[in-house]
Formats: sequence, structure tokens, C-alpha cells
Amino acid sequence: MTNKSRLFNEERLEITINRLCHQLIENHKTFDNTVLIGLQPRGIFFLDRIKKKINNLLKKEIKTGVLDTTFYRDDFRSNEIPRARETLIPFLVDGKNVVIIDDVLFTGRTVRSAMDGIMNFGRPKKIELLVLVDRKYSRDIPVEPTYCGIKINTITSDRIEVKLAEQGFEKDNIWIINK
Amino acid sequence: MEKLLSKDLLGIKDLTVEEMNLIFETADKFKEVLQRPIKKVPSLRHMTIANVFFENSTRTKLSFELAQKRLSADIINFSSSLSSIKKGESLLDTINNILVMKVDMIVMRHPDPGAPHFISKNIKASVINAGDGTHEHPTQALLDSYTIKERLGNIKNKKIAIIGDILHSRVAISNIYALQKLGAKVMICGPSTLIPKHISSLNVLIENNVENALRWCNVANVLRIQLERQGSNKFPSLREYSQYFGINKKLLDKIDRDIIIMHPGPINRGVEISSDIADSNNSLILEQVENGVAIRMAVMYLLSLNKLQ
Repeated sequence: MTNKSRLFNEERLEITINRLCHQLIENHKTFDNTVLIGLQPRGIFFLDRIKKKINNLLKKEIKTGVLDTTFYRDDFRSNEIPRARETLIPFLVDGKNVVIIDDVLFTGRTVRSAMDGIMNFGRPKKIELLVLVDRKYSRDIPVEPTYCGIKINTITSDRIEVKLAEQGFEKDNIWIINK
Repeated sequence: MEKLLSKDLLGIKDLTVEEMNLIFETADKFKEVLQRPIKKVPSLRHMTIANVFFENSTRTKLSFELAQKRLSADIINFSSSLSSIKKGESLLDTINNILVMKVDMIVMRHPDPGAPHFISKNIKASVINAGDGTHEHPTQALLDSYTIKERLGNIKNKKIAIIGDILHSRVAISNIYALQKLGAKVMICGPSTLIPKHISSLNVLIENNVENALRWCNVANVLRIQLERQGSNKFPSLREYSQYFGINKKLLDKIDRDIIIMHPGPINRGVEISSDIADSNNSLILEQVENGVAIRMAVMYLLSLNKLQ
């Protein structure tokens, strides 16, 4: 039997993203030496929301980029074949603090490949990770988030369903589905 | 569509429009990779690719080799002049000997039309045709179409004239297939001795006057006069060819309209095209070379997905 429970609705998501933005500002202050990089496909939606809020709070434009990890993955042949998406990082990350932004942290392999990809744009001073949902006890690789919206216990067969207004859905909803 | 339908790329004739668009979209992504400080991705680090060239090549071979290195593949190079082919080994034996060394993909140029097709039927590794005699040169046609698309935004209903030695040209045949599939109108132009008789079956316009061809087209793809085949008396002299079919500033000034100039290289400056035109703002010749690496990365990456599925 399939069991579906909601992790985030629109209001809850808004509150959590607000909290994550304030945590980012607490650690990175003016963002003069910090860049945010959203991962394709859904990390870029959160990147956009976070960017807008931080720009409002700091009254300035912070630097952001988007990264597609397809070419860096180690498992792309065993999964569904992904279509490569846009990468746009119009600056060097040499000496910068980089915050990777993604929706769900599961095995950690996407983040590993993202770190490989980011290194192709220079040698960052530091890399941090922000995720909305951290699926605990599922890691293949020792990767942990620096900032996290919610931590949940899952088993491998569970699925996280992310439906956002940016994808054309009426309202934001994030569910966990147990099979 | 997320992958190519075949394990090989043997010719444009077998490709669908969806496959061509997938290659173009993937090449866009690789073009971005080539702008990065570190222009390399690890996608093909598990693969060994053999470049097997039975005919001379400079830019195609360099372009493939660079594309393979940018994708982190291991590569071996084979050229027939230095090989046991000279000792009488058959083509299939040579290829099978390369394959037992655990090679996953073969990039092959051969003077005989159909040689890569023959090999692909007999081996499991992917085969990419890098030019087979006067038959096809698919990656060149893909990069030409990609370059036109990049400059004009779209290929549909654009008028493309292919000018020069059509008879000996695999680039012309592959270009005709690619451009027509993408919706362009194609004209070929050259002295009638350099236009093969069967070409009309490909539904192209044929023109013997270069000025008329230039007045008609948006893009002129100028082909090389194959100097090595001069002995066959297809035209009286290079000087005469240049006078009647060479593209120069005087001729283009007469037309008074922007025409994009392309050339697959190597250029015989002063024969089929003058230096001032080859180096002008309307020339996409260097863009073609640049795009060649991205297109070849895309083709090898997409074929590698098929290979290990």
C-alpha cells in the first residue's frame, strides 16, 4: 500500500526558506565573497527563491550560477538516461565561498559530482551545501548538508515528490511517498 | 528522445531529425564546457577510443582527438601508412586486433565508401564514420548545420548553396542529407564535370553559374578543389576554375547582400575562395572548426550511452 504524507505546503516552505536565508546571511554576512550555485533540475528553483530573498534583505545583487551535473555523474548509465541541461556560471570560483543548493539530499552522489563540476571553474575557498530535504541514513558517500530545511528518516524505496509553482503546479507541495 | 537509435554514426542518411536535434542540444552544453577554465569532463573516462585513419586528415583527426581528451577517454591512434596493412593484413583483421585490446569505440576514415558500414556489422564496438571515400562525412555535416543554425537561428526554409567539387565530395552528400532533413533548400553549383549525374535524384537544385547561385542563397558552403585529383582533367586549369567559380570580393560586392560563407577546409586560398572573403566577418570558417569539437563530443557522449545500456 502506498502511503503519502506532506512534508511542506506553501506556507511551511516559505517559512523554511526564510530561515535558511537568514542562516546564510548569518554565516556569509555581506556575500561579498560568496556565490550560490543551484543544481539542475530542481535546485535552481530554490536558488531563485533564495536569491530573491537575500537580494531583498541585503539590498544588493548576490552572485549565483546554475550547474548541471550530468557529465560528472558516475551512475548515469545505470539510471534513466538524463538529458544534459544548462550550466551557467559566469564567474570564476577561485578563492570564493560556494554554497551548493539542491532540493533533496539522498545518496550524496549528485553533490559529489557537483563538487567535481565546480572545481572546473577554479579552486573555491570553501564549499557548503544547502538542501531542503535531507534523507538521513541513505548516504553512499560521506556528504552532509551545512544548511537543511528538514531531516527525515527514509528507506531506499521511499520517494520524495517535489511539486513547485515554477514547474507549473498550482501550489508548492513536497511529499514523502512510502511504498 | 534522450539517446541515439543506433550504436554507430555511419551517415546522416540514417539519422532522424530528432536525433540531429538531440546532438545539437547536447553540443550546446559541451560548447559551454569548452568555455570553462578547465575544459574537461569525466564522462568517457571508462572508455577507450581508437582513431583509425586509412586516409590523411588534419582537422577531423585533431578535432576528434581533442573531443576525446575533453571527455577524458583513453585514446589510441592508428594510421595506415605506419601499420601492418602495408604487410597485407585485411581491414577486419586489423580492426579485430585493435578491439581485443578492449577498445569501446572506433573513429574511422577510409578511402572506400561503405568501409565503416562493413566494420560496424562485424563488431560490437561503436563505429563513427569520419569520412568514407566519396560517400559520407556525417560529423562535418552536423557541425555545418549546427554552425548555420547558431548564426541564423533556424535552418528551415533557408537557402544553402554548396559550391565547388561535388563529384569528389563526401561533405556535399552528407550536407545535402542533413540540410534537407532540417528543412533547408539546397542548391549545388560547380562545373558540370564536377557534378555527379545521380545528384538530381537527391532533389537539389543544380546551377552552373556561381553568380546565380550566390544571388539565390543565404549561405554559401564552398568546397575545396581536390588538387590531388587534378590529373583527371575535370577542368582545364586552376586559374580558369578560379576565374569562373572562385568566390571573391568583387563577385560578392556585385550581389550587394549579406551571404554567409562556409568552407570545411583545408582552403586553397585564391582558388575556390579569396583570402579577403575567407577572413571576412561573413565567414564562419573558424566557427565551423570550433563547433566541430563540441559536435564530436556530443556524438561520442551520446553513443557511449547506447554502448553500455
